[in-house]
Amino acid sequence: MNQMSEERYALNKQLAQMLKGGVIMDVTTPEQAKIAEAAGACAVMALERIPADIRAVGGVSRMSDPKMIKDIQEAVSIPVMAKCRIGHFVEAQILEAIEIDYIDESEVLSPADDVYHIDKRQFKVPFVCGAKDLGEALRRINEGASMIRTKGEPGTGDVVQAVRHMRKMNSEIAKIIAMRQDELFEEAKQLAVPYELVAYVHENGRLPVVNFAAGGVATPADAALMMQLGAEGVFVGSGIFKSGNPAKRAAAIVKAVTNYKDSKLIAELSEDLGEAMVGINEQEIELLMAERGK
Amino acid sequence: MNIAVLAIQGAFAEHIDKLKKLGVDCIELRQAADLEQDFDGLILPGGESTVQRKLLRELNMVEPLREQIGQGLPVLGTCAGLILLAQEISNDGDVCFGTLPVCVQRNAYGRQLGSFHTEEEFAGIGRVPMSFIRAPYIESVVNRNQTEILATVEDRIVAARSGNQIGIAFHPELDEDDRIHEMFLGMCRGV
Repeated sequence: MNQMSEERYALNKQLAQMLKGGVIMDVTTPEQAKIAEAAGACAVMALERIPADIRAVGGVSRMSDPKMIKDIQEAVSIPVMAKCRIGHFVEAQILEAIEIDYIDESEVLSPADDVYHIDKRQFKVPFVCGAKDLGEALRRINEGASMIRTKGEPGTGDVVQAVRHMRKMNSEIAKIIAMRQDELFEEAKQLAVPYELVAYVHENGRLPVVNFAAGGVATPADAALMMQLGAEGVFVGSGIFKSGNPAKRAAAIVKAVTNYKDSKLIAELSEDLGEAMVGINEQEIELLMAERGK
Repeated sequence: MNIAVLAIQGAFAEHIDKLKKLGVDCIELRQAADLEQDFDGLILPGGESTVQRKLLRELNMVEPLREQIGQGLPVLGTCAGLILLAQEISNDGDVCFGTLPVCVQRNAYGRQLGSFHTEEEFAGIGRVPMSFIRAPYIESVVNRNQTEILATVEDRIVAARSGNQIGIAFHPELDEDDRIHEMFLGMCRGV
């Protein structure tokens, strides 16, 4: 196994920089991957079941069949991501072996370890991880994640949790910016993260890696909302292929992310998209995926 | 001086930061209406070329920009930007501006595990840091008389200039070194 060098880590953070201003879409087949690419996805997330179906089916949810991921890699020219279970470093090794472009150590799958996350510094391929707040984000970065996304509440079509997580992260960053230098040590202790990461946030006013929104994004307006709240791009999971017209909805979300402040354009994009995914309200959910892995 | 940065997807903020550091004003091009402003140079950033190409078309930005490039507007394309400029793409027939007489190969170094950082000579500048992220390279130069090869890495062409256009396979906006941007700004000033 290869220790992630500083140079490799920089390249991995830089790949996330290239995805900014883009939409990463969940796909379950090569056909869906092609639809997503043609609609303007900047990357696809290959998985056997989208979060809404994982919710519906229940049971243990694992890494997808590598064959299915490879078929999707063959089908498109954009980066392909795939999910492994929290703490399941062997699933991550398998994904690295098939040269995945990004691994999502994801709370959407059943956690394999209820204490430890994967030591992501041991890998050459990059990792994206979910976070509900700044502490979670910085802990994942310390473990080697080179990209962060809000956890949101996957598979619900309800954007409320992604909004909550993004706002929480923003307000915590604002608090650290306003702190005196000598207060940063205590803040690092409270967040259970190294001082250097807190100092970075203090000096730069942002996370040291790219931060996307994820979880419950179902409409162009949802995507633009997350962008206006400071997301650098958007993951759309169940929202596209659980809707009436996936290709049209996907293309509309892509355009809404590019011109997220142009309300006239977003109004046009929101017309005639067909049925959005039905969705489940936050209060109706029995399983809170966002509470997995802290 | 005012430099326009295509800001529809990708690492455009990094180019803007670089230009600001060099004391240059910039504007973001997000839709056709933004093209009505005056600018002295154009930067096409890295990102996903498939996404940028699609958005450029649907936002009706390809023809006006191609026209300006044809009229001599200095343009710098990095990574995806190089692909947008290229006259030919060997593994993808979908040419965007097609103004730079080179043939590029997309994802020529493979997937993310093939991404790398190095330092090599760049014509007229010296050794510069080069970060290649799922990068293309230039397979061949379509017209040798019109096109100057600016840099090669292991015998592969990674930067070329033809008149007012520079195409680079790596990301000068991601490294501390400012000399490539300074050279481009020199072109924009007509130096």
